[in-house]
Amino acid sequence: MKSNLLNNFFATIGRKTLKGLWEIDQYTRLVGQTLYWMAAAPLKGHKIRFRSTIIQMVRFGVDSIPIVATIAFFIGIILGMQAAYQLKPFGASIYMADLVGVSVTRELGPMLTAIVLAGRSGSAIAAELGTMKVSEEIDALRTMGLNPIPYLAVPRVLSMMIMLPSLTLIADFVGILGGLFVGIFSEHIDFWLYFNETTRALVLKDFLTGLIKSGVFALLVATIGCYQGFSVSGGAEGVGKRTTTSVVTSIFMIIAANVLFTGLFYSTL
Amino acid sequence: MDKKPIIEIKELHTYYGRAHVLKGINLTIYENETIAILGRSGCGKSTLLRHMIGLNQPGSGEILIKGKNIPKLNEDKKTEVLKRIGMLFQNGALFNSMSIADNVALPLREHTDLEESTISIMTRMKLDLVGLGGFEGFNPAQLSGGMRKRAGLARAIAMDPEILFCDEPSAGLDPIVAAGIDQLLLKLKQAFKMTMVVVTHEMASVFLIADRIAMMNEGQILAVGTRAEIENNPHSFIQQFLHREPDKDKVDRETFLQNLTSEISG
Repeated sequence: MKSNLLNNFFATIGRKTLKGLWEIDQYTRLVGQTLYWMAAAPLKGHKIRFRSTIIQMVRFGVDSIPIVATIAFFIGIILGMQAAYQLKPFGASIYMADLVGVSVTRELGPMLTAIVLAGRSGSAIAAELGTMKVSEEIDALRTMGLNPIPYLAVPRVLSMMIMLPSLTLIADFVGILGGLFVGIFSEHIDFWLYFNETTRALVLKDFLTGLIKSGVFALLVATIGCYQGFSVSGGAEGVGKRTTTSVVTSIFMIIAANVLFTGLFYSTL
Repeated sequence: MDKKPIIEIKELHTYYGRAHVLKGINLTIYENETIAILGRSGCGKSTLLRHMIGLNQPGSGEILIKGKNIPKLNEDKKTEVLKRIGMLFQNGALFNSMSIADNVALPLREHTDLEESTISIMTRMKLDLVGLGGFEGFNPAQLSGGMRKRAGLARAIAMDPEILFCDEPSAGLDPIVAAGIDQLLLKLKQAFKMTMVVVTHEMASVFLIADRIAMMNEGQILAVGTRAEIENNPHSFIQQFLHREPDKDKVDRETFLQNLTSEISG
């Protein structure tokens, strides 16, 4: 009895490990194929579907501007208030501009934008492709001799890789405005003083590190959404499960990648 | 006159996990014939069809379409073969984000260099042929089940395929609409002289449209022949299927529970 329980325990761990490794293998293959069709295949004469890419850019990017900007503004306000609270006793309120500017451009702007897009667009990718899988639309594409990777995945990944960094720049700008709002109306700092302090504190490197991160986050969000969508089985319930997994995995991977990048950038840049 | 094989399946085996789904299928399909693959639900007929159109990879065996072994072809060569076949899915599998006309035009846009005006004319012709003239701008969600199948059929024949595969063409339709789909398949067969492979368990459809019938059970082909040959086949399952008799050895509730208990304990 005891040995049976032990056997079952190790068998379950073994099965789950194998399944996890298999999923990682399949995901890596999808990323490899997507990058091939995005970067190498066009050099061999295969065209990228620009019309479809632009449609996805509007869905992922333009339509996300209000929510991304609103959240970034609130984050700027929160950061500003926290910074002012800590700095005011030292008579150094003005340095809240430095803190807000650097935090938003290097960390919070890219990460929060990516998390918003993981919830809003990554889930939409998984649900849309999953529904297409369940209703045999992806099989129909294959039988027409059309590869779903260049047809469905590439426009989504490409548009995400263009729009997420663009939205990050908007989030950076609006986040700094949130801090400025607190600086002017709560701490009574002069607009130009705050502006000059921000421009003094920020260097191009801050924006670049944020943009590099957001490019990687975009690749993660879009490819995880595509992978989960293509992996759907079992009807509507399967679509729901994979959509949830897509959001949870994306957010986890964004934060994990951010830890990695922050460590890397602080030790090298 | 010698019949020329267009699809040859040799010793096809497939496994889903530990389940042996297709157990050594051998089948030859000839040019311009309509063959119906008939069998009960879950016997492997749709799996066999998915192998023929290259959607599933077999465990072992060969699937030759015009002499080309589909599972072994690379992406580009497979695409060339797929351009010459059409597939009608059980629920039409139309792209919901596109209009009916765009659905039908898709293979033409992707695989030909035709002018948009020519594609538009060809699309209208195909939709007229399946009785959907005037529905070009409709979305799939706005159509009934039968109309979606007709639209799926129009898309399947958009490239004038040599082989048309149909998965349960009349499933889920009322008898009148189902009869309409059967008539449409007959019309296409006569008009285009294409080879048709129809997977179904609808006897009436089979007897109307098929030249030959392949009878499947539990992953194996039991018999292949004309309607008369199948009807005269003495195999007990074939006779049971043709005469719509329920399973004789179906276990009652008590025996089922007893079997289950002994399975769990032992």
